[in-house]
Parts: sequence; C-alpha cells; structure tokens
Amino acid sequence: MSLAWVLTLGALLFSLGIYGVLARRNAVLVLMGIELMLNAVNVNLIAFDAWIRQGNATGQIFALFIITVAAAEVGVGLAIVLLVFRRRETINVDEVNLLKW
Amino acid sequence: MPITQTPEVAWRAIAPALALAGGGVIALLVIAARPKIHRAALAALSLAAIGAASWSTFDLCALRYRVVMQGSVAVDGVSLFANLILLVTAAMTVLLSYHYLERRRIHRAEYYPLLLFATCGMVLLAAANDLILVFLAIEVLSLALYVLAGMARRDAGSQEAALKYLLLGAFSTAIFLYGIALSFGATGTTNLGRTAVKVASGGVDARLTSAAMALLAIGFGFKVSVVPFHMWTPDVYQGAPTSVTGFMAAGTKAAGFAALLRVFLVSFGALQWSWRPVLWGLAAATMVVGSILAIAQSDVKRMLAYSSIAHAGFVLVGVVAGGREGLSASLFYLLAYAVMVLGAFGAVIVSAPDGRERLSFGEWAGLGQRHPVFAGAMTLFLLSLAGIPPTAGFMGKFFVFSAAVQAGETPLVVVGVLASVVAAFFYLRLIVLMWLTEPAGEAQELGASPAPALALALAAAATLAFGVYPQAIMDLARAASVFTG
Repeated sequence: MSLAWVLTLGALLFSLGIYGVLARRNAVLVLMGIELMLNAVNVNLIAFDAWIRQGNATGQIFALFIITVAAAEVGVGLAIVLLVFRRRETINVDEVNLLKW
Repeated sequence: MPITQTPEVAWRAIAPALALAGGGVIALLVIAARPKIHRAALAALSLAAIGAASWSTFDLCALRYRVVMQGSVAVDGVSLFANLILLVTAAMTVLLSYHYLERRRIHRAEYYPLLLFATCGMVLLAAANDLILVFLAIEVLSLALYVLAGMARRDAGSQEAALKYLLLGAFSTAIFLYGIALSFGATGTTNLGRTAVKVASGGVDARLTSAAMALLAIGFGFKVSVVPFHMWTPDVYQGAPTSVTGFMAAGTKAAGFAALLRVFLVSFGALQWSWRPVLWGLAAATMVVGSILAIAQSDVKRMLAYSSIAHAGFVLVGVVAGGREGLSASLFYLLAYAVMVLGAFGAVIVSAPDGRERLSFGEWAGLGQRHPVFAGAMTLFLLSLAGIPPTAGFMGKFFVFSAAVQAGETPLVVVGVLASVVAAFFYLRLIVLMWLTEPAGEAQELGASPAPALALALAAAATLAFGVYPQAIMDLARAASVFTG
C-alpha cells in the first residue's frame, strides 16, 4: 500500500474531526471530534514511521504517547462536562455563554 | 544503535522540573493521607518546591550549555531565563492565591499540586528540544490549567471557562500534533536539532514543511493567544479564578513563546523567508485587534485579557525581528510582562474584601482618594502595561521595537506604536477613574493581607526597577539568548 493512501485516510479522518468540533453543539460529541483528530495524527505518524523505516520507531512511540495523553484529556474533559451538566442541565456549547461582551 | 541501550538520565539538567513534579506528588500524597491538612502547609510546601527548582536552576547556570536526555532537553540560556520567569510567576501566584482562595471559599487542597504540575509542564516546555517533549509538556501544563480554571466549581463562570479552555485547548493541540506528524514525515525526526540539519540541507519536501510550520504556528498561536486564535482568551481569563488567570497570563505566555522561539528559530531557521511574513501578519493583527477590542470592555479582567492578547503581538514583533537582538528583546519582554500582569491581576485580587473583587470599571472610581497606596500600585502596573516610562513595559516595548527596526521591519514597528497609542487609552481610562473622579457610595475596604501585599510590593518594585535600570536584566537576557541546537 502506498504512503499516499494512508496519508489521505489520515487527512480525511482529521477533516471529519474538525467538522465534528465545528458543527456539533454537544460537548461530548465535540470531544469525540477531537479524539478523531488525534487518531488521524496517529495514523499519519505510524504511516510515516513505516515509510521512513528507522530503527528507533519514533513515530510508533509517539503514537503511544498520544493515545495515553488523549485518555487523560478525555478524563478531565468528561469531568468538566459533567460539572457543567450538573449545574445547567445542558451540555450544548451554544447555551454555555454567560461570558460575553 | 541497539534499542535495548539504556538511555542516560541527566538528573541535574532536569532537576528543576523534577523538583516541581516531586513537590506536586508529595503534596498529593499528603492530601490523600490528611485531607484536612491546613492549606498554609501546602502553600509552604509549594514555595519550598519552587525554591528547590530555583536553586537547581541556578546550579545549572554554571554548566556548559548542551542538550541532554538523547537530545530531548536543552539546557541553554533561553530555557534557564524562561525558568527564572516561570518560577517567579509560580511563587508570586502562591503568595497571591492563599487569602484569595480562602475568602472566595474555593480553597481546595488540590490547587497547590495542580499549580506545581502546571509549572513543571511550563519549565519542560521551555527546555523541550524534541517535538515529543514539546507535546507532552504542553499537555502537562494544559491539563492542570483546565482544572485550575474550573477551580471555583460552583461558579458558573469558572465552569464555563474550564469547558471553553478544554475544548479549544484540546482542539488546538490536535492541530499542533498534525503539524508535528507532517514535520516528522518531512524530516524523519522529531528532534529539533536534527530537524534543523535536515531542513538546512534542503533534502525535505517543501510542501510538507510549509504545512507543518503553518499547523505548528496555529497550535502555538492558540496557546499564547495570538489573533485570530485568541477567541478563548477573554472568556477563560474572565471566568477563571483571578489568581489562576494571572498565572496563566504570565506563565503560559513565557513558556509558549520560549518553545515557539526554539521551534521556529532552531528547527526552521533555514526557512525564515517562508514563516517570517506569516508571523509578521499575525503580530500586526494581534497588536491591533487586541488593543481595539480592549477599548470596548467594561470588566477589568476582560480588559486585561484583551491587553494580554495585544502583548502577545508585541512579543511576536521580537520573534519576527529574529537574531540575537530580537531574541533577547522577546525574553526581556516576557519577564517584564510577567511581573506587571501578575501585579495587575494581584491588584484585582486585593481590591475588595470578603472574596469579592472590583470587576466593573465603575467600582474603581475614586479609589485614589480612599486607598492611595493601592491605587498607586495599580496605576504603576497600568502605566507599565500601556508602555509609559519609567516602567518595565516601556523598556520591553523599546527593546522589541528597536530590534525590529534593526532587522528592517520598520512598518511593523509603526503598526506596533499605533496599537500602543490605542491601548494607552483604556489603561488611562481606568487611571482617570481612580484618581480624577469622586468616590461614590460607601467607602469599601480593601481585601489586603500580608502575603498578597508582599507579592504586590515585589511586583511594583520590579516593574519600576526594570524600567529605571533595565540594563542588568537586559544584559542577562542578551547573555541568555543562545540556543543549543
């Protein structure tokens, strides 16, 4: 399989993620869009790593770091979403708009 | 190279970060063992950890600049100078926080470990010489700051700040990571020094590196709040507890800019001609938009948030100027900005008793008559933010603008000076309110207590000292303007 196909997959996934972040109004779905973007990055990193074929597998190790950190980020993210939901009973990001000028 | 080779750990070089992270872990363990522990003990522990980190930073100054840990951590002037800014910021934040959190009844024990972890992330970010470490450091500081921004759990504004910061911060990190992946694909390495070698040798795909630089610039732009990636800044700065806001404004900017400088000047230095015009445009837009939007604000914290956007633009002028002059001017500016913005947010913290703050402009009317010392300190910080001599802010602007003129960027300096004139308007508006209007209603006490008063006095002294006698700090910044690639 050529590198270009995998990179295209990565780019498509990333674009889907951006669409999710920008178009979805539900905070949980926005977080899922971000996860999609991170996984697109993982696809890219692993594809590049396989293509470059270095001994030290930097790209694969980086992907592992990203998976770990993404889990931590979602943990904090869902905690904050839950906090907001408890108070306002909505997680629609358009309705969380007290701070405006 | 066999993969099983054990990497060498340069304990001494990462001692500042270890001291902060260690302090944070110890604080967490103490909290787990004794949840009712007096908060003063935790504050003292934090100060001790920050002190240990400062001591090991001074210890590092004696060493030769080099990269350690398989080339992922740089011990050089920029990282050491950034450590100085970050540790001062953290220590002042602890001093400012204690009574503020107490009075607002949000004095949760986790505040201190989170503060230490965030500082640890910032220290690592400033020293990161590998894109993997840049990413990890950004996440360490961001995750801690998301939680800190939401520290006032029952306050709707604080919750909203945390949510917005989290969603936009994670979004920007994802974009930043895509840039890292492309840079890795183009050069086959994530190490900044080796990237520089590859880029300079010319054997890289120009499309990939351009896309990588653009995405990295967007990621950094979000973190240091550069227009047009500044949308989150006013909301988060306004909603977060004020002590956290001051810490974010001073610390994130210093660490973010140190990393931005390192990535663009070291790794992509050979491609200056392609990124400099872009940063030029971002700097101009940031200064102008930040200053103009600040005029319309009626909330002091929000006004300071827009002012922090404008200040990011001024630092970018130094980055665009490049070279040793531009680098040292940026470093000086970051230190000056840290001191004065902590002072300004600190003044907001002590401006009213019982956990309240004077947030709307109207509440500052006539403070000059009732609390002249306090109003004088706030005036000094505002003058410094506006860039009026003899203050740190003026010298900072002077150094970045003169570096830019020397680099032949006079049009950018013209934009910058015009933006500072506009910006002076809203700082002066608050000063006029404090001194030239009659106080209305009942006399309000201040919420001052010894620790924040000490922090404010230190900030005021530094703001004045850097303005009157900038040479010592400027010499230090100039000596520090060295990267080890």
